Amino acid sequence: MSEHPIDRQEYNITAYTENQIGLLNRIAIIFSRRKLNVESLNTSPSEIEGIHRFNIVIHETEDVVRKIAKQIEKQVEVLKVYYNTNQEVIWQEMALYKVPTDVIAEKASVERLLREHGARVVVIRKDYTVFETTGHREETDMLIKVLQPYGLIEFVRSARIAIIKHSDGFNRKLREFERTEPGSEVVENEFLNNRDEVFSM
Amino acid sequence: MLTQDKTTQLAPETARQTMSGAEMTLRALLAEGVDTVFGYPGGAIIPIYDALYDFERQLNHVLVRHEQGGIHAAQGYARASGKVGVVFATSGPGATNLVTGLADAQIDSTPLVCITGQVFAHLLGTDAFQETDIINITTPVTKWNFQVTEASQLPEALAKAFYLARSGRPGPVLIDITKNAQLQQFDFPEYQPCNHIRSYRPAPIVRPEYVEAAATLINQAKRPFVLWGQGVTLGQAEEEFRAFIEKSGIPAAWTILGAGVLPTSHPLNVGMLGMHGNYGPNVLTNECDVLIAIGMRFDDRVTGRLDKYAKQAQVIHLDIDPTEIDKNVATTVPVWGDCKETLPMLTALIEAKTHPEWRRRFEQYRAEEVAAVIQDELFPTSDELTMGEVIQQLNELTRGEAIVVTDVGQHQMVACRYARFNHARSNITSGGLGTMGFALPAAIGAKFGRPDRPVVAIIGDGGIQMTIQELGTIMQTGVEVKIIILNNQFLGMVRQWQELFHERRYSFVNIASPDYVTVASGYSIAGRRVAERHELQSSLREMLQHPGSFLLEVMVTRENNIFPMVPQGCSVSEIRLR
Ligand SMILES: Cc1ncc(C[n+]2csc(CCOP(=O)(O)OP(=O)(O)O)c2C)c(N)n1
Repeated sequence: MSEHPIDRQEYNITAYTENQIGLLNRIAIIFSRRKLNVESLNTSPSEIEGIHRFNIVIHETEDVVRKIAKQIEKQVEVLKVYYNTNQEVIWQEMALYKVPTDVIAEKASVERLLREHGARVVVIRKDYTVFETTGHREETDMLIKVLQPYGLIEFVRSARIAIIKHSDGFNRKLREFERTEPGSEVVENEFLNNRDEVFSM
Repeated sequence: MLTQDKTTQLAPETARQTMSGAEMTLRALLAEGVDTVFGYPGGAIIPIYDALYDFERQLNHVLVRHEQGGIHAAQGYARASGKVGVVFATSGPGATNLVTGLADAQIDSTPLVCITGQVFAHLLGTDAFQETDIINITTPVTKWNFQVTEASQLPEALAKAFYLARSGRPGPVLIDITKNAQLQQFDFPEYQPCNHIRSYRPAPIVRPEYVEAAATLINQAKRPFVLWGQGVTLGQAEEEFRAFIEKSGIPAAWTILGAGVLPTSHPLNVGMLGMHGNYGPNVLTNECDVLIAIGMRFDDRVTGRLDKYAKQAQVIHLDIDPTEIDKNVATTVPVWGDCKETLPMLTALIEAKTHPEWRRRFEQYRAEEVAAVIQDELFPTSDELTMGEVIQQLNELTRGEAIVVTDVGQHQMVACRYARFNHARSNITSGGLGTMGFALPAAIGAKFGRPDRPVVAIIGDGGIQMTIQELGTIMQTGVEVKIIILNNQFLGMVRQWQELFHERRYSFVNIASPDYVTVASGYSIAGRRVAERHELQSSLREMLQHPGSFLLEVMVTRENNIFPMVPQGCSVSEIRLR
């Protein structure tokens, strides 16, 4: 897709939104109309009552991601959008693995493997056992490989959730938004501070 | 212009405590200052029409012949008057007929509130009769949309709709109201208009640092060039814009939606941008040192090939919509804000200049273009009439005071290039979507929006046939619209492309026409047909002087091409004069 695929990398888009029917569709359309594939999408309530938080993962160039982020923020019910590289966030995905219980019971090595991969048992039944692990993609993927020879029955992984390392979250900003309501606008000028070099002539 | 005969004229003046959702909807429209609504009834919106029966004195409803006509009329109304256009349509087919107009209004930033009826809430999602999921269908082509399923949600939804449609970067909003919500009686306190939505920031705080940086660039520039678009008009910043241009002495060119902000005759107005724009502005875009874009969005019809567009220039972009900045052209200085606010700040910081040498460059190109194209187009020596001379003659008679509404095709480009405009809001055309069928209904709407101004629609023989049924709306309402059909017996613009880029393989562009004058007379509209030069001026005069609507069909050269032209995939400096 991109002219410089080498510049593409994973970006984590964090959007704070009103909890409104139809908004997911509006946001999804922004990606689909540009033929962009969403790697992962999670939506959940945030720490602020009534405000939802989207975590969207996309493998693209920064230029594309910046434009997408602005388009999302332009939607009426969206309060704020950030985008960050993987290095700039702390992120986790959760995975569940279903394995036949008799195999586990027979082969003690499985237990050791699980310990090495930081997995936890969620359910043990006569016929199967479900393990859970949380981590980065490679970590959860690794356990699939390890469990495969032991008759892995089923695997599922959640969407990614991420917390931005260097941010005060949105809490304070929202309170600012609300304090000034309905008066003057508190809008960050995203063009500020990154233009200094280009003003020469 | 009232259209119905009625014996009862109930007009409840006092607000009641309890009323139906339908009545409340109309009261909200009145509170928002709406005087005219375009629409078409149907089962799912009958309660609103029923309430309308009692409101005829306060609210003028124009019964169109097709919902597409209704929404284009509302667009014409909004574009001519600066107010929000309002459309009513029923559910299902009524609502889906609005989609083209919504897309058109979205891309051309036209403020609209569309109210559609919907099946009863308990039937939603059951494939009920005339049920369509209009919310999901219209999501990509609306600024905002919302489905109301209970009357109590209506006041807030309508207030938000009007606020969103007209504020910030304007756009179309659709409110879908289920039939039960229209019928439901509820306690309606006073209508509260909306002027704040927590998650919506119509305009940012302007950062003076950026205005200062822009002024520095402008003051240092040797060959500065201004491109302006509709944003100036939407921001009601025509005067501020003029003050900026006149102090800076910078030559300025316009996108078709920006036409008229600086009068055609203004010495710093150097012409039209884009694919069929003027020669100088296109070529010199690639020679200026500072490019100042104001309320325009670098559409590909304006820029041509992006990788060869103004690469030498430092770019300043003034826009209210942050998603436009850096979208197509990388900016050196973004001035994010309402140009009503940013332009005076900028004007205060710039030095007064005249740039005589640089401006002479535009004049040189102008002279070349006149010799190669304009002279022959406006003052032809051939036997057959040209589109250009029709516009030229019209200019002589209207002196730039008319609102010109164009359809899409060659005639549109000719009209935009050659029509004289003294005022903003005088060139109404489908710029971004290029919607054939736009002009006739939009002209009707424009006249309702500005009854004090003459409205002339210029339409091709293809486009008129797309919404020709709106002649019925003219007949019934008596609205005065002057219609000029420029008949070249082809889908001209497509034919031009086929001639230039497809070895003259004229695939399905030969379009037959009915006898338009007879058709018009069937609708009790006066008309005339001309094919001879010596009759042109008198027939235009007859049209303009005729009390009421008039249809003038002008037979023009069949295979005339619009030049200059930036062929698709070429850069603006590769513009062709022939
Ligand atoms: C709804 C719609 N369908 C198709 C087109 C493609 N199209 C663009 S210009 C054009 C020809 C217009 O012909 P006519 O109305 O006769 O005007 P002319 O170009 O001859 O002035 C066509 C078919 C369009 N713009 N809109």
